[in-house]
Amino acid sequence: MDNLFAEQIISNYEHPHNKGKIANPTVTQHEFNPTCGDELTLYLKIKDGKISDVKFEGDGCAISMASASMLTDLVKGKSLAEIEKMGVKDIIDLIGLDPGPARLKCATLSLRTLKEAVFISEHKKPDLATKQL
Amino acid sequence: MTMINPGKIKKDFPIFRVKVHGKPLTYLDSAATSQKPMQVIDAISNYYRTYNANIHRGIYEISEKATEAYVESKRKVAKLINAKGIEEIVYVRNTTEAINLVALSWAEQNLKKGDVVLITEMEHHSNIVPWQLLARRKGISFKYVRINSAKDGLDMEDFKEKLEEYRPKLVSVVHASNVLGTINDVKSIARSSHKYGAKVLVDGAQSVPHMRVDVSEIGCDFLAFSGHKMLGPAGIGVLYARSDILNETEPMFGGGDMIKDVSLNSSVWNDLPWKFEAGTSNIEGGIGLGAAVDYLSKLGMQSIRKHEEELTRYALNSLSEIKGVKVYGPGIKNVNDRVGVISFSLQGVHSHDIASIFDREGIAIRAGHHCAIPLVRGVLGEPSLSRMSFYIYNSESDIDRAASAILKAKEIFKMV
Ligand SMILES: Cc1ncc(COP(=O)(O)O)c(C=O)c1O
Repeated sequence: MDNLFAEQIISNYEHPHNKGKIANPTVTQHEFNPTCGDELTLYLKIKDGKISDVKFEGDGCAISMASASMLTDLVKGKSLAEIEKMGVKDIIDLIGLDPGPARLKCATLSLRTLKEAVFISEHKKPDLATKQL
Repeated sequence: MTMINPGKIKKDFPIFRVKVHGKPLTYLDSAATSQKPMQVIDAISNYYRTYNANIHRGIYEISEKATEAYVESKRKVAKLINAKGIEEIVYVRNTTEAINLVALSWAEQNLKKGDVVLITEMEHHSNIVPWQLLARRKGISFKYVRINSAKDGLDMEDFKEKLEEYRPKLVSVVHASNVLGTINDVKSIARSSHKYGAKVLVDGAQSVPHMRVDVSEIGCDFLAFSGHKMLGPAGIGVLYARSDILNETEPMFGGGDMIKDVSLNSSVWNDLPWKFEAGTSNIEGGIGLGAAVDYLSKLGMQSIRKHEEELTRYALNSLSEIKGVKVYGPGIKNVNDRVGVISFSLQGVHSHDIASIFDREGIAIRAGHHCAIPLVRGVLGEPSLSRMSFYIYNSESDIDRAASAILKAKEIFKMV
């Protein structure tokens, strides 16, 4: 099988990083993937325009949960402006594969939730690119 | 009764010459849509190539031929389900549209505020949402018959209590569940419902393609089903309705073909079933469905049913040998009570990951909520399920492939 279930995905799925809650988050954002029922809640702590901490809780397929695990590792310390600019390509680079049209929404669920949380923290509406993730 | 020979049947279906991910296609998603035999593909392309014309209109040879082929397809459908005649066969796009047509015409005209539609927890969204919409428009309400989880079937006590308590005007129920595979006893449901004066709609999307469904024996007032799940093309479906009900119901759409005469201020409706088919019909769809019914009738619905029962038994057996697999719906002792639809989950592996792993093996299965969120998430408490479903072209070797794919999924997810 090609790398859809590469070791990296499976190990992040089985032993997710940053799983759990943050006590006093700056923002909490919940998202849901209606076609497959993947659910994700992100807790963000923002300090001086940067992500100082991020954790997630969720239930879903390996692709969605592994990408949440890897994404939360990646974005710690990043500025909100950097996160606003992230897109599909960042997720594909991060997980090391293009999961194909049927599974892309699973892979991008965590990024969509994160970007929404960032926009909300800045009292902005999520842009179109975010909604389409 | 003839035996179904899937190896021979497969030769009629060009899709099985296609490779997916370099492997032969194993198609286990016929509950979503069936594959199409050459006979159906040819019937459609033959219409386009040799007698394409509008129907009911042209006074010339190819139009008469097209009209005859379209009407003939209705005769075949009427015979398949033992309707009295084509006057009871209304062509629509699919099951969903058939149910919505009942909601928007008969129910719209006959139900009033406070009236109840009784449905069940087993329904596909297509037999839930139209009633929610009707409730918003007319202030009717709808109630759900509970599922008896121990039996993977409807709770018939609850059904009788709700009939007594709510005195529904309509009971609308799925014949065979697209999630559990359960075949409901629609004959007895119809009999009890009629005693309380309710009309009965049966969602036959998963039954008509797979078993003998006889409307006069069941005694239902409406039956809805889709052409695309029974070897026919997409975009053609059937609403069977008793002719006396159709006669008393006003049409929903007005336009060409559904009238006999039009004056400035009023019109005279056409005869049944044309009164309910305004505008140019899906002619090629009807012709394709006719060819599909021919194909099924030649095999015999009882033979098809027997073949699928055997496959189901074989699959339930295979799956029961794999640790971590949970199967939903009636068990192996009750194969008679179910169609060839098997939903399952594998401990520790999400259904979408299972479907992706199957896909890489060339196996098509369905994963998700199967358009039955109240059943899958509410009653079964699962975010999503994997589902394999069988048809005439499937054989035991397809199930063996599916079983190895499950083992592969366990290996990838280190569940061994
Ligand atoms: C039980 C049942 N009812 C209704 C439908 C809806 O059929 P269609 O999408 O063809 O309208 C389906 C198909 O998925 C089904 O399985």
